[in-house]
Amino acid sequence: MTKKLTHLQQLEAESIHIMREVAAEFDNPVMLYSVGKDSAVMLHLAMKAFAPGKPPFPLMHVDTTWKFKEMIKFRDDLVEKLGLELIVEKNLDAVAEGINPFDHPRYTDIMKTDTLKAALTKHGFDAAFGGARRDEEKSRAKERVYSFRDKNHRWDPKQQRPELWNTYNSKVNKGESIRVFPLSNWTELDIWQYIHLEGIPIVPLYYAAERPVVDYNGMTIMVDDERMRIPEGQKPRMEKIRFRTLGCYPLTGAVASEASTLPEIIQEMLLTTTSERQGRAIDHDESGSMEKKKQEGYF
Amino acid sequence: MSHTDSKYQSDSLIATDIDAYLKLHENKEMLRFLTCGNVDDGKSTLIGRLLYDSKMIYEDQLEAVTRDSVKSGTTGETVDLALLVDGLQAEREQGITIDVAYRYFSTTKRKFIIADTPGHEQYTRNMATGASNCQLAVILIDARYGVQTQTRRHSYIANLLGIKHIVVAINKMDIKDYSEQVYNDIRKDYSEFARELEMEDVHYVPLSALVGDNVVNKSENMPWYQGETLMKLLENVEIAGDANVQDVRFPVQYVNRPNLDFRGYCGTLASGILKPGDEITVLPSGKESTVKALVTYDGDLAEAVPGQAITVTLTDEIDVSRGDMIVHRDHQPHVSSHFKATVVWMTEKPLVSGKQYNFKVGVIDSAGVLTAIDSQIDVNTLAENSASELGMNEIGVCEFSLNKPVVFDAYKRNRSTGSFIIIDRLTNVTIGAGMITEAVNSSKPHALSAEQFSVFELEFNALVRKHFPHWDAKDLSELF
Repeated sequence: MTKKLTHLQQLEAESIHIMREVAAEFDNPVMLYSVGKDSAVMLHLAMKAFAPGKPPFPLMHVDTTWKFKEMIKFRDDLVEKLGLELIVEKNLDAVAEGINPFDHPRYTDIMKTDTLKAALTKHGFDAAFGGARRDEEKSRAKERVYSFRDKNHRWDPKQQRPELWNTYNSKVNKGESIRVFPLSNWTELDIWQYIHLEGIPIVPLYYAAERPVVDYNGMTIMVDDERMRIPEGQKPRMEKIRFRTLGCYPLTGAVASEASTLPEIIQEMLLTTTSERQGRAIDHDESGSMEKKKQEGYF
Repeated sequence: MSHTDSKYQSDSLIATDIDAYLKLHENKEMLRFLTCGNVDDGKSTLIGRLLYDSKMIYEDQLEAVTRDSVKSGTTGETVDLALLVDGLQAEREQGITIDVAYRYFSTTKRKFIIADTPGHEQYTRNMATGASNCQLAVILIDARYGVQTQTRRHSYIANLLGIKHIVVAINKMDIKDYSEQVYNDIRKDYSEFARELEMEDVHYVPLSALVGDNVVNKSENMPWYQGETLMKLLENVEIAGDANVQDVRFPVQYVNRPNLDFRGYCGTLASGILKPGDEITVLPSGKESTVKALVTYDGDLAEAVPGQAITVTLTDEIDVSRGDMIVHRDHQPHVSSHFKATVVWMTEKPLVSGKQYNFKVGVIDSAGVLTAIDSQIDVNTLAENSASELGMNEIGVCEFSLNKPVVFDAYKRNRSTGSFIIIDRLTNVTIGAGMITEAVNSSKPHALSAEQFSVFELEFNALVRKHFPHWDAKDLSELF
């Protein structure tokens, strides 16, 4: 009787296969590392794929300068511990102009999408790993593992290549690139189970703790530094909260929670009735907005 | 996800004993399946129903769909479950899905990946794409119309792509008064067809996706049906025997040399069982060695099984590079630059002989040409016709000649070492998919190259094409 692979072992093997294909076929790949739980899993898989060596590509973090302090600390500690190369890209012109998440409706485009596109062009990366999953959002359900982007980093639903078996088409002309999603077939539950099973470290913000918060734009926002605009009549109050998803702190809603261990987080996730992206302001407005963002070059 | 009343989620454990719940879900199998049906067969509704009844829909998603149902739904007052799965904005506005979309749900037994492909006539390529990674196909039949041309087409493509398990879902039984006779007639029709295709594992289930009969919950409207619900079938179909454990096939993807003391060959074991101490041959070179260790991040393995991503070290320092295949000394695959394959063509410009294409056979890249089309297969009648080229969405049995030898098996014996994609040399788009049937003798001429034509020949050819278009001369400049 042959030993059977569990679903997590199969997902792991598939992701590793994808990473090795990219490392073998592209001249200049990069792994986009966002410090969140999906990135944590992706990085862990990359460590596995090239063991006993290290991943033969650098990590890149697009830092909007409004990330939680704990994310940056976690990122720097981890990269040092693993001995990997990390590129941090910021849109310093926009920072100088005073672009911020409070006043500018195009904040995410400018700080994240534009910065990412400029960085990919600057470094000449021909492949970029991202931690997106198909179960995250409806428009992602049709995304390829190898998602083709033109010279302007744009995604065109009509230009996507058929993808068969585990045979990936890596051919691109100069200036064009592929976004690679090795976690395509993982679900949120798979990610959490794998983190649990493998003991993968994640940012402490995922765990419930007493943190200073205010109500802002209908969300509970953590006051992570003095730049937070505290609405009139409010004072930061301590509440036991955690985050289901991590991004720019003024745009990331916290949830009241008692979950301080991984099993408790998974338990809470399974018992809640809203999907994880709801905590993000980014695609709240209308159902097709993530799709539009992707066409403009967002991940 | 509110799992409160689902018997498939071992829900009570979530609240009472999360550790036990996690343990239970650690040992799931994975099943990838395809749903095929025509536009009005209720396919999206069926998938929506599977997700909805297995509680994989979040409240905010349901709210969005309820909102959208008023805007663009086709079910009037009730929630249009199809909207849960109909994807991109532009497609939704046109009212059809036009590509392969992937959906996920799980029970305590299995994690499921659904490849949702459209049933339109012109979308053979999407179905082939979706089917390529699937182990099972759900073939939807509208109870009102029975086995239709597209039912045959879908079954043929599923079979062609190597899907071994078929579930025939006879939908809209509610409209046919849950008639046992209707079910039996369709079942009889289909089983005759299944025999023609030599499909061995075929299951039948009468259901109504709209109402929910026999999808997840057993129908009270069809007491005459003693079989399992669709969900139970999906959970229980035996797939462990599908893997080829006889022939060791280890295509080398990447050579890992982190330091001077380590040289490992990374790849995914396509088939067979590989162990340290195994005597192996590296193809196409034919060099021999012995497996020293199966290295992983989590420690060395005592054996590797199909589908595992591993790093192999050998006892001898021999030259092995990406594209080579490590195999056992007995049970060897074919090594040839010439083979015959069934091809699904995926682009507007037809597949023609003589023109240079890029091929990716497993992890090997090679240029090559089509040398002959043995036959073009009519997917509706399964008739074999003669043809000089293959158009978009056409399927044909073709012979190819590549610029270098590749290592392969027949697709029927081994899906991962018997398949390839064809890539356009100018646009880089994937334009075809092939399933190898056999190696062919290399008496045919080798692939053409620019050097084979003299300047005179090229100029003469251009002149002929310009002044004597009725001669139908091939454009030589297009051939390389």
